[in-house]
Amino acid sequence: MLELKSLSYTVHESGGELGILNDISLSIGDGKLVVFTGPNGGGKTTLAKSIMGLVTPTAGQILWNGQDITGLGITERAKLGISYGFQQPPRFKGLTVRDLLTLASGDQKLSKDRCCQYLTRVGLCANDYLDREVDASLSGGEVKRIEIASILARQGKLMIFDEPEAGIDLWSFARLTETFEQLHAAGGATMIIISHQERIISLADEVIVVGDGRLRHRGTPGEILPQILADTLGGCPVLRKEAMAQ
Amino acid sequence: MMETVIDRELLEKIADLTGKPVGAFNIRKDSGCDGRQSTEHIKITSKEDKPGIDIRVLDGTKGETCHIPVIITQTGLSELVYNDFYIGEDCDVDIVAGCGIHNCGEQESRHDGVHTFYVGKNSKVRYTEKHYGEGPGTGSRVMNPQTVVYLEEGASIQMETVQIRGIDSTRRDTKIVCGRGAEAVVTERLLTHGDQTAESDMEIILEGEGSRGRVISRSVAQDRSSQVFYPRMVGNGACFGHVQCDSIIMGEAKIKSIPAITANCTEAQLIHEAAIGKIAGDQLLKLETLGLTEEEAEDCILRGFLA
Repeated sequence: MLELKSLSYTVHESGGELGILNDISLSIGDGKLVVFTGPNGGGKTTLAKSIMGLVTPTAGQILWNGQDITGLGITERAKLGISYGFQQPPRFKGLTVRDLLTLASGDQKLSKDRCCQYLTRVGLCANDYLDREVDASLSGGEVKRIEIASILARQGKLMIFDEPEAGIDLWSFARLTETFEQLHAAGGATMIIISHQERIISLADEVIVVGDGRLRHRGTPGEILPQILADTLGGCPVLRKEAMAQ
Repeated sequence: MMETVIDRELLEKIADLTGKPVGAFNIRKDSGCDGRQSTEHIKITSKEDKPGIDIRVLDGTKGETCHIPVIITQTGLSELVYNDFYIGEDCDVDIVAGCGIHNCGEQESRHDGVHTFYVGKNSKVRYTEKHYGEGPGTGSRVMNPQTVVYLEEGASIQMETVQIRGIDSTRRDTKIVCGRGAEAVVTERLLTHGDQTAESDMEIILEGEGSRGRVISRSVAQDRSSQVFYPRMVGNGACFGHVQCDSIIMGEAKIKSIPAITANCTEAQLIHEAAIGKIAGDQLLKLETLGLTEEEAEDCILRGFLA
């Protein structure tokens, strides 16, 4: 169980304080798949990062399985089973895909078969990628899928994915959605996915719309999706006209 | 031969040698010969006019390895050695050199080696050189290797040099001249720390038509150490050359990287890239999310970079 209690994150700007996260409270039960969605700059990534320890909140508490982890560093949280797939993963000169998966799994002797399974689940062929360096020779979509494979290899109890679909082609995206669906069905992990994709949103047990650093709406995909659609159309007069015409 | 634990450890570090090497070898210890073996195809003889050895590899020698490690265990010892390699035609051989210094005293221990290779037509040479220094003494450990390679038509050399920690001062000079269709690939790995200094001066001359040269240099400078790289590629005919220098800078270190390319022919294609930067914060964070501590993450990034 993940619990956020009155979480806030404010930064000082010239002339005053700016609230990036404003008094957010939330519980996510074991094995649930929750999607954070909402407008850019609304605080989704900051919220997700504060759970991993990549951002230190200015107020509030984070509890993981009852333990207060607010003061713990990234490494300690990782060791408690929290993992995080970056939206823009870094590249490493000299580290191969196999090295990264081995590090992620924590198993020095991670077999080629296991690596192959993780890569297949993100639509990559192990033979083509295992010995390649995770450097600038890989495309953005490839690095992104390797990032997701590293989270699969980690086998954490809480998996956070920041816009896993970004930069990934349609075919690989379909494979990825299946992988999330299978992970969720297996029930071994709690998942938080930041996404704007209807296909991913529709997999969720709960969808949370984050905007202006607050939880704006919460509900099932069936409840939230029509609202998102209405909000999007509402913002643009041209689209509204087209929608009216249909 | 290899009587002490220090000797054995040094040899393992610089030449991956455990026990007696297979094939041709010459072990130089504290300016003396500590063991030598020639084979049917590789002959090793002492020079008569100056310190050093001649290594002659007969035409058509394939799949053989020659080890010529140097170890210094006495403080205050300084030597200048000349090793000449005469590689025949159509050979395919591995040469493993390397120098280990264990300095337990207060005086400087120093090895200056001049290696000259004459590589015959269509021969392939893989040349590995590892430098390693250790010891509790305050005396400095100095190595100044000079390597000169002449590649005849269709010949190639893959030169790999590694110096990770331990050597207080090094000045490396490398010069390779490539004949028609010849290829030189130089991979350099260097890590300095403390107050160490390292300089690497390299010149690759692509003389013959269709010759190729490639330099891949990766270095890490920590603490207050300083490094200077000066790789130069000269194209005198239709050739292809690529120089790539990447350095990670840490602490209060200083790195100067000055790649230079010179074309003396319209058909010469030469490229250089050089980058110096610190370890990226997002790399550390990513590895920490995989459960590594900051120190482990840093170590992992450096090990990968220098692998």
